Amino acid sequence: MTMNKIIHFKLDGVDCQAEKGQYILDAAAANGIWIPSLCNMKGIKPHGSCRICTVKVNGRPMTACTTPVVEGMVVESNTEELNDQRKQILEMLFVEGNHFCPACERSGNCELQALVYRFRVAVPRFAFQFPVRNLDASNPRLIKDHNRCILCKRCIRGIKDKEGRNLFAFRRRGHKVEISLDPELAGSLTDEQAQKAMDICPVGALIRKEKGFDVPIGKRTYDKKPIGSEVEQPTVNE
Amino acid sequence: MKASVQKVLDRYKSDPTRLMDILIDTQSEVGYVPDAAVAQIARSLGISRVDVEQTLSFYHFFNRKPAGEFQVYLNNSVVAEMYGRRKVTEAFEEAAGCRFGQVSDDGLIGLYDTSCIGMNDQEPAALINNVVFTRLTPFRVREIIRDIKAGKKVEDLVVEGAGDGENAGKLVRSMVQNNIRKIGPVLDPEYIPGEALKKITRLTPEQVIQEIKLSNIRGRGGAGFPTGLKWEFCRKAQGIQKYILCNADEGEPGTFKDRVILTELPRLLFEGMAVAGYAVGATEGILYVRYEYRYLQRHLENVLAETRKKKLLGKKIMGKEGFDFDIRIQFGAGAYICGEESALIESAEGKRGEPRDRPPFPVESGYLGCPTVVNNVETLCSAVKIILNGGEWYKSFGTKDSTGTKVLSVSGDCKYPGIYEVEWGFSVNDILDMTGADEPQAVQVGGPSGTLIGPDEFDRILCYSDLATGGSLIIIGKQRDLLKDVVMNFTDFFVEESCGSCVPCRSMTVLFRQKLQKILDGHGVKQDIEDMIAWGPTMKINRCGLGQTAVNPILSSIKNFRHLYEDRIRKDRSFDGGFDLQAAVAESCWAVHRKPLTEENDHE
Ligand SMILES: Cc1cc2nc3c(=O)[nH]c(=O)nc-3n(C[C@H](O)[C@H](O)[C@H](O)COP(=O)(O)O)c2cc1C
Ligand code: SF4
Repeated sequence: MTMNKIIHFKLDGVDCQAEKGQYILDAAAANGIWIPSLCNMKGIKPHGSCRICTVKVNGRPMTACTTPVVEGMVVESNTEELNDQRKQILEMLFVEGNHFCPACERSGNCELQALVYRFRVAVPRFAFQFPVRNLDASNPRLIKDHNRCILCKRCIRGIKDKEGRNLFAFRRRGHKVEISLDPELAGSLTDEQAQKAMDICPVGALIRKEKGFDVPIGKRTYDKKPIGSEVEQPTVNE
Repeated sequence: MKASVQKVLDRYKSDPTRLMDILIDTQSEVGYVPDAAVAQIARSLGISRVDVEQTLSFYHFFNRKPAGEFQVYLNNSVVAEMYGRRKVTEAFEEAAGCRFGQVSDDGLIGLYDTSCIGMNDQEPAALINNVVFTRLTPFRVREIIRDIKAGKKVEDLVVEGAGDGENAGKLVRSMVQNNIRKIGPVLDPEYIPGEALKKITRLTPEQVIQEIKLSNIRGRGGAGFPTGLKWEFCRKAQGIQKYILCNADEGEPGTFKDRVILTELPRLLFEGMAVAGYAVGATEGILYVRYEYRYLQRHLENVLAETRKKKLLGKKIMGKEGFDFDIRIQFGAGAYICGEESALIESAEGKRGEPRDRPPFPVESGYLGCPTVVNNVETLCSAVKIILNGGEWYKSFGTKDSTGTKVLSVSGDCKYPGIYEVEWGFSVNDILDMTGADEPQAVQVGGPSGTLIGPDEFDRILCYSDLATGGSLIIIGKQRDLLKDVVMNFTDFFVEESCGSCVPCRSMTVLFRQKLQKILDGHGVKQDIEDMIAWGPTMKINRCGLGQTAVNPILSSIKNFRHLYEDRIRKDRSFDGGFDLQAAVAESCWAVHRKPLTEENDHE
């Protein structure tokens, strides 16, 4: 195996190393520093749409999930300003959709909920929009609940059929945008694909039918430890 | 229908990157894009139906169901409102017998709102089946609808002879007026096609880039990136195929100068694209034109054909071995965001116009992943003049940091709306004088994404270090309600035009609009103003310029016209909890003759 070229950068004052071409987010994790993210997922092409991983690169806001490290880069992430903006984004996601955690199959495994806990969002500063959104259970294997969808595009980016065609796609634009499932291709959705879709979804917008609460509440991923602790233990007073 | 869709698919060899053209042509054939066509297109292109649908549903000129035999798209820009849009709207609704957003019962007429169509100098204006109708009045509207109902064709409804220059030509036959009011080196009608190309065949590509760099010209599309540098990056980028994309999306409300250049000087533009192609080593160019300018399609195609015939495009241009360059025209389908360069590229590839993450920049990885230069219409036209007269000559115009001239689109409350080519360094005051604006209250510089300035700033200068602008100036007279008529209109525009990808752009713009509406309704409190100021910076972390500037109209009006907000908020409280129980139950209490339960009276 060839060794990738090692380059150096500074993250929140800490000297870090990265492989050439590595994204800031991944390089930070490799150095034991957690940069919060939501629309990003290992193994899927990054998209930079939730903006939560925004850091300042040489003073300019950039998404850590899509920006490769460059030798000598100076990155700020854990600052009061950026953390408050992350919190604002989480709050916006909460008010633009309808998120009722106690009734959600995903509670405890939900990345949005976990981030909201970790960022200690109590009451959003924005007015709840309570949009009227529908729930589509027409597919034999998958329920699509638009109330919970945060439009991260992970299902679009991560799930294709054998010919490389999209099963999921965006419809419309702006605040009217929503996820649609191909009527033709989804008819032959396999159990594995449905499970994959559910696993890819960071929230409870895609739920497999006829199977639920595999892991009881209380024993789920973020019930045990806060999000991000796979990379970095939160400090006591955080 | 199946056969005609198949013909369209064959025309583009079932190439998925030509999905935009396929959908545009399908709609032209069928009138809308029905489910069956979506399925047929998906099958033929080897993509899924939702893939077709995601492009289709992104653009507002595409229809999924019958939208009326005659589709009226009435511009809703702020200047249209100034010039009597409301009465025109009412006249349309009354005459057509349906509301905006609907189709008349007989399926004959569909009425729709649309964002600025690039006719701000002759409002109110509408597109009816792609034909432009300008300076509408209720009287004209009644005439038009009467003639439609009488079975006339849309082409026969335009006022013959109203358009000037090429607008009056056989291939355009439009009532649009150019309104060219000040001419400089770019708009100079004495231009002879081919001279610049002749000149560059004696130069190396590097020398061409050097001359452009020497001129210090910066992009005229708004962002102001140095053009010479952009070309150099692209020249040096790795790639067998490279592309020149000309950005003629011109969607910033109040901008219409590219429309005039496309009408009167398309040869100059094509020559500019060829010069850029030579400089960076690209053999293919795409002119991306907004859907609203489809009335120019036949004219542009005709000039392209003529230019090829003269050997100013095609193989061995000017007889020079290896100098090959040709151009195709790509139309959009209604989406302001497609003016953003990476969204423009996505759209030209047949996709949703969602901006890309950068890096990589288009000069490294653009159209179809190849190194691509995206330049504004005016930038490319200016490049021709720089090549002809030299970079030093160009620097004799303008200021030290902003060289050359700028074609301005001026509209709103002034006597002479139109386009003016001025040297950089003009002050806003000069412009107000020049255009006959007697009682300005404010000027919106650079369109909604720019800055709203008041009289104490009218001595500011148009240049990259002070008021940088893509050239739109909207003059707002004293008689206007700045917040209601202008700021709200701009905010609606951004809500409508966001691509929806970034959370703050998609969501916070809506929240700001709500706050503004609350203030306009007289329910606002001081905290609402403070909130907006506090939340504003979060918009700077959006991916592209649209989101980054979407709340500028509100923020810059708070900054420069704060009293307008202060006047409208409630003075009796500085904070509001968002919900007033007393008020909410007041009506039902009245109905059942009970007093609301409050702390004071709940022991009674
Ligand atoms: C939302 C948005 C809309 C834009 N619209 C246009 C446009 O209509 N025309 C244009 O030339 N540039 C537009 N731009 C700027 C382009 O992204 C790009 O900078 C420009 O086309 C580059 O050409 P130039 O360097 O010649 O100016 C827009 C940018 C943004 C963010
Ligand atoms: S800022 Fe707005 S328009 Fe630009 S990419 Fe983000 S969501 Fe789309």
